[in-house]
Amino acid sequence: METIKKTITIALAGNPNSGKTTVFNSLTGSRQHVGNYPGVTVEKKEGHRDHKGYRVRVVDLPGTYSLTAHSIEELIARHFVVEEKPDVVVDILDATNLERNLYLAVQFMELGARLVLALNMSDLAKVRGYEVDREKLSVLLGCPVVPTVATKGEGMSGLLDAAIAQMNETHNLPSVTVKYGWEIEEEIARLSSLLEKCDELASNHSPRWLAIKLLENDTEVREQVRRQCGNSDEILDAVRRSTQHLETVFGDAPEIVIADRRYGFISGACRESVRTTGQSRYDMSERIDSVLTNRIIGLPLFIGLMYLVFQFTFTLGAPLMELLEKLFALMGGAISSLWPAESESALKSLLVDGVIGGVGSVLSFLPNIMFLFLAIAILEDSGYMARAAFIMDRIMHKVGLHGKSFIPMLLAFGCTVPAIMATRTLEHRTDRLTTILVTPLISCGARLTIYAMMIPAFFPLAWRARVLWILYIIGIFLALLSAKLIRVTVLRGESTPFVMELPPYRMPTVRGVAIHTWERGYMYVKKAGTIILAVSIILWALTSYPKSGEVEKKYDRDMARIRETLGTEGAAGKEPALQEKLDQLQREKEAQILAHSAAGRIGRFLEPALRPLGFDWRIGTAFLGAFAAKEVFVAQMGIVFSIGDAETSHRSLRQKLHENYSRLTGFCVMLFAMIATPCVATVAVTRREAGSWKWAIFQFGGLTVMAYILTLLVHQIGLLLS
Amino acid sequence: MSAEERESSAGPHVPLSLVRAGSRVRLVSVQAGRGLAKRLADMGFVPGDEIQVVSNGVPGPLVVLVKGSRLVLGRGMAEKILVK
Repeated sequence: METIKKTITIALAGNPNSGKTTVFNSLTGSRQHVGNYPGVTVEKKEGHRDHKGYRVRVVDLPGTYSLTAHSIEELIARHFVVEEKPDVVVDILDATNLERNLYLAVQFMELGARLVLALNMSDLAKVRGYEVDREKLSVLLGCPVVPTVATKGEGMSGLLDAAIAQMNETHNLPSVTVKYGWEIEEEIARLSSLLEKCDELASNHSPRWLAIKLLENDTEVREQVRRQCGNSDEILDAVRRSTQHLETVFGDAPEIVIADRRYGFISGACRESVRTTGQSRYDMSERIDSVLTNRIIGLPLFIGLMYLVFQFTFTLGAPLMELLEKLFALMGGAISSLWPAESESALKSLLVDGVIGGVGSVLSFLPNIMFLFLAIAILEDSGYMARAAFIMDRIMHKVGLHGKSFIPMLLAFGCTVPAIMATRTLEHRTDRLTTILVTPLISCGARLTIYAMMIPAFFPLAWRARVLWILYIIGIFLALLSAKLIRVTVLRGESTPFVMELPPYRMPTVRGVAIHTWERGYMYVKKAGTIILAVSIILWALTSYPKSGEVEKKYDRDMARIRETLGTEGAAGKEPALQEKLDQLQREKEAQILAHSAAGRIGRFLEPALRPLGFDWRIGTAFLGAFAAKEVFVAQMGIVFSIGDAETSHRSLRQKLHENYSRLTGFCVMLFAMIATPCVATVAVTRREAGSWKWAIFQFGGLTVMAYILTLLVHQIGLLLS
Repeated sequence: MSAEERESSAGPHVPLSLVRAGSRVRLVSVQAGRGLAKRLADMGFVPGDEIQVVSNGVPGPLVVLVKGSRLVLGRGMAEKILVK
């Protein structure tokens, strides 16, 4: 018989880089799921586990340094504690960086949360020579302090025990209030008594906390007072007077003094309870940094490292990719064989051409993507990425971006979807939006399939690597240029201040890296399974219908005749030739279907507009297909030229291309592909992360226009020069 | 630290951006809008506290040691922080 489980809800908080995510994963393992905080694009991770008769629900709050109203992450953390009232807040502290980490803890204390502190990375702290008297610290802070080493899974049980003890209040720690000195305390008292009269707010918040926040000029609390308090005028007036008084007394805005006093309290507590035994080892991280971020060798070292990352990605990924392509071809064949050879079943076509053709080509890129994300995860977990952002900031800043913008751009070399999702680490909206808008200009893996097909078709061996490089560089250059343009016109504003913590270098753990790699890889798979699947089907419909009736019938008759001949004796010796003819007719028929289809007609309709770029209706049609996924472009071109299965007959497709188009056109196709038509998945994720259709449309339209104009210029100038 | 205390402590006030790598200075004030000043204060840039400049390559950001951990600061920010 099952005992009725008691439950406890724990909110996990902490600075970014404190190991909070590792703790979360340690506590919940695979029993977690990811959602969204309502109304915002911030991830909400929840998980659960059982511990000593309790069902523990763990909610992962966004990583923050404080609980101000300045960023959405801080507001979410704050709201969760106030409105959802978790039983306990567990604040994960980086033991090697205690003072700054405790700043957040103090804020939770003032908010009235029941707090448990996890002294994470306590192994590192020991190595660095820090010795923490936990008991004393818990008395000074008024809450249990538990040592943990999340990367090794140590201390989790102790943490849960402490949380349960906090909830049941079975520990004997006296509660502690941070005092701000008598001048500020006087004002706090004055405001508190006024706030107590406001029932709506006082019921949910401690008046002391509200008073402190008002003195800190907290915009959200001010708004809440204005909206919900009957005596709001009285309160806000008193705030104004208090603020002015304190400014006169201290010569500084009260919020600065309050921050100062908070750190003072923390510093005092640490001085009592933390000792550095002997000479704390000279920071290994600083020594590494003096080399890695050295002004002269920092940048070349970084470029060298990036080069290695890409080499690693493509060398390891290529064979796996080929394997997957073959696998999908086999799958297509297997499904095809379920129908008789000449069957015109729409379902068969849908499955083989539409679904496997579209989704398969995207998924075969997965190995490459995973390796790229793996490399990036290792660099991130080791702490190097922060330095890279620091090195890149110089360049980024010139175009109005943030150093941290470079990480999404790096991810974009794999796939734009996780890249845009990674912009969540950018705190300021203008930075985020600008980065989201220009990221599609970075040549993603899908575009690589187009380059891989087209470059060998038009350029001699010696030139191929160079052309590829040129294309990538153009993409990067355009991204930076567009960013500057956007910041000067549409998203004007102050350059956002660059302040970022440099976490110490640490050894990435297999577990951590695996989780980070999978998180992003999964996004890629999900996009393939959902959006691309849907659009592939739509595109299949557009390229298969309307049927061309008469023309098809003629082909069918011709093919039937040949099949008859094959069956008779008169065909002896001519079988291979006849079979060849049969295949040829089949392909021509497919090309005709495409030409007659909606997509084909659209392509032809657009042709006059495409001619100045050197394109014809066939390229136009293929680009339409590329909207679903760029990889589809290659497949479409194959069909248009009745090559049949373009994957396995690249050579023949390249030959056809070479015969039909000039080198200039080939280059223009790649240029256009690079800039225009972000795939559907990109548009969808842009809409979600930017928060409105307006930006997604702006991005799509802007890129298409840019692509058109640039390709037009390149083509026309190219013609003039030749 | 009251206004009087700070006035009496001698020494010229310079922007952090001009401080050489390896020097230790004390924060005097942040000449910026309230939001930015508060943000810096939350990160540990509190008047009177020690800042150690780890690296300062012109142009480009600075790396400083504040409250025991390293922060990277954009040059624009560093110009607004007065130290001595």
